[in-house]
Amino acid sequence: MWLTRPLSERSTLLFLAVLGVVMALVVACNLWLPRGHALHVSTYTVTLLGKYLCYALLAVAVDLVWGYLGILSLGHGAFFALGGYAMGMYLMRQIGDRGVYGDPQLPDFMVFLNWDSLPWYWQGFDMAWFAFLMVLLAPGLLALVFGFLAFRSRVTGVYLSIITQALTFALMLAFFRNEMGFGGNNGLTDFKELMGFDLTAHATRLGLFIASGVALALGYVLCRAIVVSKLGRVCIAVRDAEARTRFLGYRVERYQLFVFMVSAMLAGVAGALYVPQVGIINPSEFSPLFSIEIVVWVALGGRATLFGAVIGALVVNYAKSVFTGVMPEAWLFALGALFVLVTVMLPNGIAGLLRRRRGDAEQVPTSTTTTTEAST
Amino acid sequence: MGMFSAGRGLVGLVLAGLLWLSAGSALGASEASSAPDPGRGLLTELAEADYNGKKAVIDTIVASGDERSRRWLESLADGKLQRLKDSGDFVIVLRNRGREWPVVDALTFEDAGEVSRRALDRIRINNALRGYLDSSLALFDLRVDDPQARLVAARDLIGEVDESSVEPIARLLAEESDSDVVTTLELALAIQRLDQGDVEAVEVLAGNLDSRARAALSQASRSDDPTLAAAASEALTSIEQVLKINRAAETLYFGLSLGSVLVLAAIGLAITFGVMGVINMAHGELIMLGAYTTWAMQQVLPGQPGLALLLSIPAGFLVAALAGVAIERSVIQFLKGRPLETLLATFGVSLILQQLVRTVISPLNRTVVTPEWMSGSLMVNDALSLTLNRLYVLGFALLVFAALMLVMRRTRLGLEVRAVTQNRAMARAMGIRATRVDILTFALGSGVAGLAGVALSQLTNVGPNLGQNYIIDSFMVVVFGGVGNLWGTLVAGLSLGVINQVLEPWAGAVLAKILVLVFIILFIQKRPRGLFPQKGRAAEG
Amino acid sequence: MSFLQSLADRDRVFDFLVPEDSPVDVRHGPILYLEDVTVSFDGFKAINNLNLTIDDGELRCIIGPNGAGKTTMMDIITGKTRPDTGTVWFGSRHNLLQKNEPEIARLGIGRKFQKPTVFEALSVFENLELAMAMDKSLWPTLRARLTSEVRERIDAVLQTIGLADLRARPAGILSHGQKQWLEIGMLLMQRPRLLLVDEPVAGMTEQEMERTAELLTGLAGRHSVVVVEHDMGFVRSIARTVTVLHQGSVLAEGTMDQVANDPKVIEVYLGGEEEAV
Repeated sequence: MWLTRPLSERSTLLFLAVLGVVMALVVACNLWLPRGHALHVSTYTVTLLGKYLCYALLAVAVDLVWGYLGILSLGHGAFFALGGYAMGMYLMRQIGDRGVYGDPQLPDFMVFLNWDSLPWYWQGFDMAWFAFLMVLLAPGLLALVFGFLAFRSRVTGVYLSIITQALTFALMLAFFRNEMGFGGNNGLTDFKELMGFDLTAHATRLGLFIASGVALALGYVLCRAIVVSKLGRVCIAVRDAEARTRFLGYRVERYQLFVFMVSAMLAGVAGALYVPQVGIINPSEFSPLFSIEIVVWVALGGRATLFGAVIGALVVNYAKSVFTGVMPEAWLFALGALFVLVTVMLPNGIAGLLRRRRGDAEQVPTSTTTTTEAST
Repeated sequence: MGMFSAGRGLVGLVLAGLLWLSAGSALGASEASSAPDPGRGLLTELAEADYNGKKAVIDTIVASGDERSRRWLESLADGKLQRLKDSGDFVIVLRNRGREWPVVDALTFEDAGEVSRRALDRIRINNALRGYLDSSLALFDLRVDDPQARLVAARDLIGEVDESSVEPIARLLAEESDSDVVTTLELALAIQRLDQGDVEAVEVLAGNLDSRARAALSQASRSDDPTLAAAASEALTSIEQVLKINRAAETLYFGLSLGSVLVLAAIGLAITFGVMGVINMAHGELIMLGAYTTWAMQQVLPGQPGLALLLSIPAGFLVAALAGVAIERSVIQFLKGRPLETLLATFGVSLILQQLVRTVISPLNRTVVTPEWMSGSLMVNDALSLTLNRLYVLGFALLVFAALMLVMRRTRLGLEVRAVTQNRAMARAMGIRATRVDILTFALGSGVAGLAGVALSQLTNVGPNLGQNYIIDSFMVVVFGGVGNLWGTLVAGLSLGVINQVLEPWAGAVLAKILVLVFIILFIQKRPRGLFPQKGRAAEG
Repeated sequence: MSFLQSLADRDRVFDFLVPEDSPVDVRHGPILYLEDVTVSFDGFKAINNLNLTIDDGELRCIIGPNGAGKTTMMDIITGKTRPDTGTVWFGSRHNLLQKNEPEIARLGIGRKFQKPTVFEALSVFENLELAMAMDKSLWPTLRARLTSEVRERIDAVLQTIGLADLRARPAGILSHGQKQWLEIGMLLMQRPRLLLVDEPVAGMTEQEMERTAELLTGLAGRHSVVVVEHDMGFVRSIARTVTVLHQGSVLAEGTMDQVANDPKVIEVYLGGEEEAV
């Protein structure tokens, strides 16, 4: 089976082992160490780590398209947010009549806007299976439509980056509108429970943390499976010489579309797991800044490595938590400097540093060379 | 604050008491020393007559030619001409708030201190009288020397003319020399005649865009007289037509104005993107720097916003250009041929610049003053007025565009830039120092961003997020127009502006913006290289 | 049985029923047929009324001065550029103007670029693996396994192009000449009916050129080969038929000697320079 191929790879097993051990430690330190103990991990921290794991999965999704396919998406936040909104809609419906206005059907913001019935696109979200399906389908469909149009007409490189950014920007503006029926500015919040589990309960939080870890592991293996397959090599071929790949007989746009959709759905899953842990989803997740920030996680970790994306996401977000706690105004300086330094001085990211230390592997040029046929 | 005003109120009360004493004696003194004032007689008549009688007295006052009569009538209309209960003297109330009102003597206009409102009697008027007063006042103003003031008075008369004022207005009309005043008065008279059922008046009103003319016509179109009704409704339709054209012109103007802003913001980007293939995400922040330069200039030259603005044009260009060179030297030059990395690095620069402004200056918006010669609007006709600041920005954008075209077409730099754009290796082989061209190009593109900032400071808030708001739009313009083509940027910017404004009335501002974005995203699918693509093999790859 | 056979064959009657990847039909004439093809960029006619036929199994050399339209012609055949007018047929069944690059490649037209283009981040072996003629649609590619058959074929080609020792190295580290060879190797893996080879010996040493000549002449017969080349010595060494392009159309056609003695060709190559400018 092509999906299980990565399980015979040392690197993948190592990754899974490290992830598993760290998660087990976190859970153990949370459950069995007393509150005052130096190594006790508070439930707050567990949730924070769970959030990081979601970001890590998102980063893996971005690395799949950017690192291996050469598509720099500046709009992956949109897929993340769509997955999050799908989950948020389910959680809203789960509130039932426990909202401020006590309406058994309508979420509070709809009552506030004087709506008298649920819009059609809210139907079905009271069922968990439907909502979870939508977590995959909503980002997947957007990626399908957008990717179909873009790849068919061979919009690539910077152009694609710019229009993905425009896409997420347009969606942000749209979701800010109250008329859209997604809570406008405030988004969806005040969630109560997920599949019957109280969201504030420690056990639920621990469960969500574990679910995030498992999702990351599965997502990693899936991406790895794609990458090590022949399809993965076609992707690299597309990245480095798109025209050449076409002349070999590959329908490049289908490969791009497939990988783009897989990546979008992974981002959606990450968003869906993120929302119950932070307790809110609002249009700011669509902001171009967030999308481009994801890219810098990947760049810092090292593109086209997958595990680098995970490292990058964890490092940057940990730094963000520290900075915003200690000196919030310095965070944007730090982030800005990170963008500049990584691209100028660390083109292969942390993963590149590790590899250089290990001293193995060729210096493989990862930059994108384009096929240009000079004139006769 | 509350404490302070309470204290002030107390002091005021004491002062008022003192003044009251002295004012009373002053009034008595003036009465004793001078000959009886005819004005006093007129005002007494006015105060004592009934409403019909008052009308006659107003006529007398108007006819008297007394210099003070305008102020009297004005105060009367405002209900501020009042009489002291005890002495029977007339005063004009300056401010009728609170318990103690500051007043001036109605005959001498000298300060008469503060008077308790209970000590005063208002000279009462009714609505009919107020209308009569307004037109009488207008008649007054029609006699002043300043034609501008006469025009204002004439405009006040439109729709206010009644039978009694027809004759004096007609007399004034005969003497009037200013053509604007003449047409306005004719309009005022025609509306009155139309109300009387005069069909010929329709002709005068046809084609007039004044809303009151339209109101009169629409009333006449419902008249019982069929000829009048037909003529009026015909005139109305033609006016509606003209109005529609005017509205379209207004939309076009707003669209072009928005478009000119987009062009200004995008054209620098078009240069750096087109020539160097560099995506400069910090472009928006360079615009912001230009805007802040204007603000700083106005801080340095307080009280001279116009001069500061003019000086900001070169200063803004310079500041942004220098910042651009700094970015090019410190970041971009190390990322040659890696456009996606350049995009990320310059995005980092943009974050740093934004935060720098927030930390050093303020996270809040700064106000940039609009100089007097740029505020106000240009009246094209009664239904269409163009705001001056937008007009200036539109002109400025075209000027900048023309200047850039000149630089590109007529200078050595432009030639070298075009050479490098088309074939970098070949240009280098021909002895063009590509690095120098890069630096200069980037400086030029950034400088133009600075100019955009100077212009934008006149239209929007100047704050740390100014640049962010324009960067995506600017990219859209460049991509829509076709990279490496200044004409494309101009056409794309202006047309996107107009499209946006056309959509806005029925879609709302946000939805219009979304629609435009979606439109461009779809457009790029159809024509991946924009409106004006570079053709041939060189453009591919 | 024969009735069933005829039913199965019936689709051959109607052109529109012909499956996409059906074999090239050369029973009725040439394998490649260009007629009245014109393409212009911004008013400049890169190809002007070009007529060209290549027979099955032929080795054809195309020469011509710079700007004669050689590369543009290849772009048209491989679907990269659409001509303004004219027709291009592959065999008597496939209208190339209705197909895009991958479809044309799957029909069996392989192309080597002027500037050697290989996948630098992939190993030499992987480059050849991707080029291998097999189902190139999405799912089969995802599930594809390296069978011993594939491995053998790649090994054979590695031997032919002399890169067996470098099989595991990334293609990015190869020398210019080695990249040329790798690209030719990729063409071989594609098993095309028609090979379009753009300047195969640029940057090659004398010996490498000889081996290339050997290889290309060896390919002719089983495959049809079109070679665009500047190097006259090389052309002379392999050419049976030579076509001279000039200003986007055919100036002369024949054996190397015929062409070399054609006054029009001499004019273009020797005397034409001053006039043309």
